[in-house]
Amino acid sequence: MSAVTDTAPVAAPGNPVVRSVRDSLVVARRNLIRMGRIPEMLIFGLIQPIMFVVLFTYVFGGSIQVGSSNSTQAYREFLMAGIFAQTVTFATAGAGAGIADDMHKGLIDRFRSLPMARGAVLTGRTLADLVQTALTLLVLAVVAVLVGWRTHENFGKVLAGFALFLLLGYAFSWIGALIGLSVRTPEAATSGGLIWLFPLTFISNAFVDANQMPAFLRHIAEWNPFSATVQACRELFGNLPPGFRTPDAWPMQHPVLASLIWSVVIILVFRTLAVRKYRSATA
Amino acid sequence: MPGAIYAEGLVKTFGDVRALDGVDLDVPEGTVLGLLGPNGAGKTTAVRCLTTLLRPDSGKAVVAGVDVLRHPDAVRRSIGLSGQFAAVDEYLTGRENLQMVGQLYQMRAKAAKARATELLEQFHLADAADRPAKTYSGGMRRRLDLAAALVVSPPVMFMDEPTTGLDPRNRQQLWEVIKRLVSGGTTLLLTTQYLEEADHLAHDIAVVDHGRVIAQGTSDQLKARTGGERVEVVVHEREEIAAAAEVLRGFGKGETTVEEHTRKLTVPVTGGAKLLAEVIRELDSRGIEMDDVGLRRPTLDDVFLSLTGHAAESAEQGERTGKEAVK
Repeated sequence: MSAVTDTAPVAAPGNPVVRSVRDSLVVARRNLIRMGRIPEMLIFGLIQPIMFVVLFTYVFGGSIQVGSSNSTQAYREFLMAGIFAQTVTFATAGAGAGIADDMHKGLIDRFRSLPMARGAVLTGRTLADLVQTALTLLVLAVVAVLVGWRTHENFGKVLAGFALFLLLGYAFSWIGALIGLSVRTPEAATSGGLIWLFPLTFISNAFVDANQMPAFLRHIAEWNPFSATVQACRELFGNLPPGFRTPDAWPMQHPVLASLIWSVVIILVFRTLAVRKYRSATA
Repeated sequence: MPGAIYAEGLVKTFGDVRALDGVDLDVPEGTVLGLLGPNGAGKTTAVRCLTTLLRPDSGKAVVAGVDVLRHPDAVRRSIGLSGQFAAVDEYLTGRENLQMVGQLYQMRAKAAKARATELLEQFHLADAADRPAKTYSGGMRRRLDLAAALVVSPPVMFMDEPTTGLDPRNRQQLWEVIKRLVSGGTTLLLTTQYLEEADHLAHDIAVVDHGRVIAQGTSDQLKARTGGERVEVVVHEREEIAAAAEVLRGFGKGETTVEEHTRKLTVPVTGGAKLLAEVIRELDSRGIEMDDVGLRRPTLDDVFLSLTGHAAESAEQGERTGKEAVK
């Protein structure tokens, strides 16, 4: 068999940064191919946020007061940034389940025995999740427009808002990566990636005006990393309701900066932890 | 000079379990070492330590001339690993799997693509090349997994139970592939719990139990340790047993045992096939009719039993504790 006699040359390790980027893209491509072959993952990922858009708009719409307004339209516009932000954080579960599945199937062993960049398996995964998040957001934005969501700022600001959502989603997928490496089964990674997201996203300004919360909860909501992005995007979209009083807490006064800081800090911390965990991972 | 795979005093503990308890190995270049032992003996842990997947608590390991603990990345460039579970992405096609692995071995995309085509051809997967791997049969998946380990034709290969769970036909096929591979000069460390497999494929066999190498040598050497060969004769008529026993006593190196109801006589001998021919001639010249006659050598099952005091297959308890420990 010629497989034995011919020797395919293995390039010596080049620039580590180039190698890291290249390996990450190879892994990202692999995950995107998988995504295309399991479209139900993307579809199920869309059902919940679409349901939330419809339920909150039509069921709660008229009864939740935001700012000084309790008009359905004001709440509709107020709501969307919250749902968008909640949706991107669900990338946590996807990344976690995917990586736990790779561990379970022995693929992580295969990757770890290859002369590839150490962080590339995780970076590739989170990059693919970013693409999925972007697709999900796009569909969700269309649905939101259909139920009456409008922006009142220029296009650049609206795009900047979506960039903040994507960054937040990317940051949360690193939390998912760490969860995926820490649990034994993909099922545990899915539930472990989701349960804590509910308190996190509900004790925030996402669905209600945090000013109306009891003081204790209000403080949590104002400093919640998630709230900063929601507040920032409401400002960038021009979706703050009439008569809305911006809280005095620093992240609420400087939401764009706060959102950026939170996301970057989450990426730095969880990427470091996840890559360290990956190096010693045993299936 | 140490061999292509060399280990000295490898120790790895998981909690209270000493999965490796001072393992020494030395595999000369171009040879095959069979690591033989029941589940939970420490075979997989040894492979994981040698392939950079697991860091041993103490000990030394050198693979392809490179220190595994100091330069794991350089080791990874020289090894191929084929695991116990077929580690291929089931949603990717065979071609995509191999191409991805090639690229992660730092091959250029084009070279990786060409290599994938070549390997699919060689492993008889060309027809299924563009189907997702989850549609493959068990045997096809194993072949794909093996192909993935061979993408860069690494000089040193590790196969962790390559044929576990395969039916006999697929096992035979895979054995042929492995034999061809080794005839090309690849150094191979193979773990197995099939005694027949080690006998068939390996030049040298290291018997592992409870994290230690308890015996090492060629298959013949190990068999010799268990007691040598013996001649077995089954006579046609019960009346001929006494006469046959007298003949065997003349050739035997020990006591002749007789099983009356099966008409079988056994005697330990030295002298191999030549002696067997003499025995047959003598029996024949005395007009003793034989149903069966042969030279019996101990099987690796016998070897395992005599070395460990328990049969290789009946080590299920060990499996459970071992697997738990690895998690």
